[in-house]
Amino acid sequence: MLSSFWRVTPIACALVLGMATSGVAQNTQDHAYTAADVAAGSQLYATQCQLCHGQNGDGIAGIDLRRGQFRRVTSDSDIAGVLAKGIASGGMPSFNFQPAEVNGIIAYIRAGFDPSGTPIRVGDPVRGQALFEEKGRCLTCHRVNGRGIRTAPDLSDIGSQRTPAALQRSLVDPTGAMLPINRPVRVVTREGRTIRGRRLNEDTYTVQLIDDEERLVSFVKADLREYEIGKTSPMPPASKSLAPDEVSDVLAYLLSLKGL
Amino acid sequence: MHGRLGRSARLLIVPAVMAAVTYGVHAQVPYDRILRASAEPQNWLTYNGTYNSQRYSTLSQITPGNVATLESKWVLQNQVFGAWQSNPLVVDGMMYLTQRPNDVMAVDAKTGRMFWLYRYTPSPDAKVCCGANNRGVAVLGDTLFMGTLDGHLIAIDARSGRPIWNIEVGDVKQAYSITLSPLIVKDKVLVGVGGGEYGIRGFVAAYDPKTGKELWRFYTIPGPGEPGHDSWTGDSWKTGGASVWVTGSYDPALNLVYWGVGNPGPDWNPDQRKGDNLYSDSVVALDADTGQLKWHFQFTPNDGYDYDSTQVPVLVDADWKGTPSKLMLWANRNGYFYVLDRVTGKFLSGVPFVKVNWSSGLDANGRPIPTPQPAGSPTWPGNQGGTNWYPPSYSPRTGLFYFSAWQDYATVYRKETASYEAGRPFLGGGFTVLAPVPGAPTVGIGRRGPINNWTDEVGNGAVIAMDPQTGKPRWTMEQFDVTDAGMLTTATDLLFTGGREGYFTALDARTGKVLWRASLGGQIVMAPITFQVDGQQYVSVISGHTLVTFGLRP
Repeated sequence: MLSSFWRVTPIACALVLGMATSGVAQNTQDHAYTAADVAAGSQLYATQCQLCHGQNGDGIAGIDLRRGQFRRVTSDSDIAGVLAKGIASGGMPSFNFQPAEVNGIIAYIRAGFDPSGTPIRVGDPVRGQALFEEKGRCLTCHRVNGRGIRTAPDLSDIGSQRTPAALQRSLVDPTGAMLPINRPVRVVTREGRTIRGRRLNEDTYTVQLIDDEERLVSFVKADLREYEIGKTSPMPPASKSLAPDEVSDVLAYLLSLKGL
Repeated sequence: MHGRLGRSARLLIVPAVMAAVTYGVHAQVPYDRILRASAEPQNWLTYNGTYNSQRYSTLSQITPGNVATLESKWVLQNQVFGAWQSNPLVVDGMMYLTQRPNDVMAVDAKTGRMFWLYRYTPSPDAKVCCGANNRGVAVLGDTLFMGTLDGHLIAIDARSGRPIWNIEVGDVKQAYSITLSPLIVKDKVLVGVGGGEYGIRGFVAAYDPKTGKELWRFYTIPGPGEPGHDSWTGDSWKTGGASVWVTGSYDPALNLVYWGVGNPGPDWNPDQRKGDNLYSDSVVALDADTGQLKWHFQFTPNDGYDYDSTQVPVLVDADWKGTPSKLMLWANRNGYFYVLDRVTGKFLSGVPFVKVNWSSGLDANGRPIPTPQPAGSPTWPGNQGGTNWYPPSYSPRTGLFYFSAWQDYATVYRKETASYEAGRPFLGGGFTVLAPVPGAPTVGIGRRGPINNWTDEVGNGAVIAMDPQTGKPRWTMEQFDVTDAGMLTTATDLLFTGGREGYFTALDARTGKVLWRASLGGQIVMAPITFQVDGQQYVSVISGHTLVTFGLRP
């Protein structure tokens, strides 16, 4: 009974998360988990899993536990099976966890590694979408499901990529919350042409970016006259144009974006 | 017509092929050849190339002048997922290497085609902290030796690829494992055990290559009544880790083997094991015949940062303050670069090569002055260290010591009380990599994918060319991502290395100038090797899931 009660849509889940600052239950694929499960799982994860899987769950190539990306498993019982048996070829050991411990680990993974119950208010996603597209003018830089501009990161699946707390930070303090990879760059080519854009990837010798005219460009650094990485986000804080309630609505909308 | 010609040509070639094969069959590797490995640079007979572990080759066909004409001669694809840390051996045109979890391959070093593949399936109880790694085999006579993830040592016939004997070195139920390549000394096969994150009691042991009988064992944690036992409180010595997971070095004149010893356990809670915790985070010098301890030097007493000292001991004969000396050079995971007297273990110098704040310096005996950071504050270098197990190189021509470093990389440690349970992680807390933004991607044990979304803001890699005489880098070649690559130097003053970005680079060993690079696409997490077959010098390197062998364009 409890289980079916919590089997709710992502939007309703976001609303629940917004209302409950403690005792948050998480909507998952197979089971319902309590905040206590998530907290216990967080502890266990740190001691048993983090060394290989990393603090963000993306320590192994092709796997991102926080975002629910796996190589071999889908359901919660699959995860439990891998914990019990391990994956010899991948170097994943087997664990003799108690059932409650298994529950905890899965709960923590399904909670997107965000067990804190941070008192973030999540508003109305429908109102949020309207604010995002109109008053906030977010599509003049961002893109969602094929609509909008590509100069800022595409947000089509941002709700499955970021935690509510991280999205809230990005809205109110874009520069402080900017992931380093997204920093704006300015290059001056050998011929003296200046190109501005957003960094997509970089290594010792090259950099890839999407420029202000939405072109994908790659440069060999040795060919550049100047290469500058900006520290300030081009995005104005949402609180500049939106009221606090409106920011909560936009947050709800962003959390509902789970990709196609 | 074409076919007939082919057949007759083949008939003509048969005697020559037979001759080559016959030569191959008699290519045994007695101890004497390993001892004099530097006299046959066409081969790569041990993990580190030679007993002094300099990873320096006297081959000279590839030079700064022609290195730009290197081309790929063959590629071997690994069929198994995961970081490929194997170090190939080359014996008279035959390459022996391993892949995960415990496969051994015999490959024609000229063409990359395989003669045989031996698959050992480790017990499902096998537990390793950091991936199903194996760093390669050792060879003696006509036998190969491989340590396994489930703590066994297996002797394998080098011609048939079939096992000869298989013995248990450590109990898999207690999470003993072997990931290193064994070290052959005289008539013994030496191995160390992994399991430092699982509360093992580490050791180095020697085995009879004919039978697998254990000949001696040195525990890296002294037992009751032994000197150093009082550096552990209570029963903490029983589960204190001090694993040995990287191949040691050997000085035949002194008859000493040198092994780097891993972290004490539980990793991050030193309060649970008060004292220096000997011989964790130390180098130990053992009598090669008996395993008796001659001296030790501890880099990080009572470590709470996972600063394994499992780096390769690099043995160098050079002047020290004007006197010809037998030295040991050591860039440690704890962020200091050390010079030791390898006869006595005496500390000669130690300087930080990256930012260090867990200690404010070293005293006259090389003991660190601890400056533990408050809870929640970052510690430099971070958990993966200023450097780690990646094999360094020393060139006697340049007098420089080359190694991979992680710069500006810090972690916040958290300690908790750990309770020991056999076969389960025994860590005593955890750590968080210091990131510019909460929740931002950070670096981990391996490269996380083709897009670097963590950036150099969480730390960056560098090749450091250290002048051991001054303790100052002669030059530094910075990389955007961190690097786990080892080093190879040659008599033509080339330095070959790589990094997580998958660039395989040849540098001028004197200046650090990049002379040539190839983008191989997968992380390079081992050192390149070089060898020669039929007059052609080759350089092999593993990148991602491929081993690429380069040679000069004809």
